[in-house]
Amino acid sequence: MTKSRKVPHLAPVENIPAQGLERRPRSVPGRPPSIAELERYATVLRIDCVRMLAVAKSGHLDSSLSAADIVAALYYRVLRHDAKRPDWPRRDRFVLSKGHAAPIQYAALARHGYFPHEDLMGLRKLDAHLQGHPDMTRTPGIEVSTGSLGQGLSMSLGIALGLRLDKVHDAHVFALLSDGDCQEGQTWEAAMASAHFGVSNLTAIIDYNHLQTDGTTEEVMDLKDVRKKFDAFEWDATEIDGHDMTEIVEALEWSRTRAQPAAIVCRTKKGRGVSVMEDQTGFHGKPPSPEQAEEALSELEAKLAEQTRALGISR
Amino acid sequence: MSRLAERDPVPTRKAYGAALVELGETHEDVVALDADLAVSTQSIDFGKRFPERFFNVGTAEANMMSMACGLATTGKVPYASTFAIFATGRAYDQVRLGIAHNELKIRVCASHGGLSLGEDGASHQMIEDIALMRAMPKMQVVVPADYNQAYRAVIDSYEWEGPMYMRFGRPATPFVYDEVPETLGGGVDVLREGSDISIFACGHMVWRALEAAEMLARDQEVEAEVVNVAVIKPLDSEAVLGSLARTGVAVTAEEHRKVGGLADAVRGVAAEQYPVPIFAVGVGDRFGLSGTGEAVMERFGLTAEGIADTVRQALALKPVVKHAPPVLDGADE
Repeated sequence: MTKSRKVPHLAPVENIPAQGLERRPRSVPGRPPSIAELERYATVLRIDCVRMLAVAKSGHLDSSLSAADIVAALYYRVLRHDAKRPDWPRRDRFVLSKGHAAPIQYAALARHGYFPHEDLMGLRKLDAHLQGHPDMTRTPGIEVSTGSLGQGLSMSLGIALGLRLDKVHDAHVFALLSDGDCQEGQTWEAAMASAHFGVSNLTAIIDYNHLQTDGTTEEVMDLKDVRKKFDAFEWDATEIDGHDMTEIVEALEWSRTRAQPAAIVCRTKKGRGVSVMEDQTGFHGKPPSPEQAEEALSELEAKLAEQTRALGISR
Repeated sequence: MSRLAERDPVPTRKAYGAALVELGETHEDVVALDADLAVSTQSIDFGKRFPERFFNVGTAEANMMSMACGLATTGKVPYASTFAIFATGRAYDQVRLGIAHNELKIRVCASHGGLSLGEDGASHQMIEDIALMRAMPKMQVVVPADYNQAYRAVIDSYEWEGPMYMRFGRPATPFVYDEVPETLGGGVDVLREGSDISIFACGHMVWRALEAAEMLARDQEVEAEVVNVAVIKPLDSEAVLGSLARTGVAVTAEEHRKVGGLADAVRGVAAEQYPVPIFAVGVGDRFGLSGTGEAVMERFGLTAEGIADTVRQALALKPVVKHAPPVLDGADE
């Protein structure tokens, strides 16, 4: 038996050195982060998530990890946003329809300076602004409150139409949906309406990890071919590896250029990046035990060190 | 002294349609949504006048409410209309999280509230919408009494902050107000003064309450105070208590379940600050049924006679309870 030592997630949060790349929104001119840098950022966000969940002892870690690469690509490269101006009318909008993956968005927002990084440790605690699910009334950078599955795509469509009315043609709306979102009928109401209203500024990203609370989607409610479904609703739909950063970035940029609403179905693994959780049932909505958190952090920090070395960044 | 104006009755939903067009003319940020009922809810006129600001989503009410939420986050002021049953029943969760929780300036505009839509029957007769919307945190609840007040409520609603539920009706309804009132005010309006009993009514029951008061005065020399409660939440409790202090007994009248609606709102205020007998006219533990609107209303006792009968029952209890008058904020010492 290994005796448990002091759990590292309680240590002060590491400041990730990134040679000034850290807080650069896309709206600021400069070199966009490379694929390798984005992959490293995804690890940074994953580490934040494990720490947050270990402290909060509540929340959905595996769902957050599943979306980490997508969220890193969005916040560090694709989205035009500025933490100093969260209400900037021409910003791109990101709507986390799978609101239970809030920790991954919180990590990205904190890393971009929407609020102090130490706030992450207040996740789900009384009087902290980081609620269990995203809350636009409390947290800077949250466009709209979510958490009840199925509503995010409709909300995103509303935002897309509002932007179109305002003739803000360069702002794009990205909605991140889960398997569960796609089981809700409302998502397909929104899919139908998005094609009907012909919005070209809307992208649905589906984090298709095939695992839900009660088991695999194949067991519980088989979504089958999600890309075909969006195709049938006359969206421009594509399917990618949701953990391949090159494919993610390319697909997100591609989706901006479509005349129709665009869907990116991402083949993902729940719990990605943490071996004990990856593609395993039974972790949905369960926080990691201190031992699991410790193991996860060791694994992720080793990965971060390797990615940092490869990038030639001195720590 | 009847205030029932001698004009042909008009449905309150017509006022919604007309006022919405006016709002569209005066405010560029007003947008409207409907769920394939634009002709019934009357949002169609806005849609014709401002097609680019009108979104008919088809029969997808959940999608409509969440879209309204998204539109509001971009600074629009959405008016989302459908039948009351779908606005509050089918799309409850969407209204709750997207609209009420976010405290967004969105107006959920429901037509065909209550039983008086008639023939369509129980599946469409929404008799618990006020209860649902009252219970929802942050949601304001407005039930106008006639065309003129409905018109004012819709125009004024643009100036109010936060989420709002407005209930309109299908049938042609007698005019209670001779003209469009200058303001909705606090939403509690004494239409007829009287010292024997208070009748608090909302929506389609207001004109019936006025008729009941006339009957009671004529037949029994009972002078009833008729109070139109158009804003059920937030309730102007001072105005309610003021009337109760004058009369010491009350009847409520609403086209809604007896639980959760106007009756409970008035009783809630009275129970804590001025407990007097309050009887309710409304729908018991049952669903509606098909028939003409008038026939269904009669079957459920939602008539002037029904109100008058209940007034007689309430009056029988009046001497039993006596109180010192309530201390009202701002009252003279």
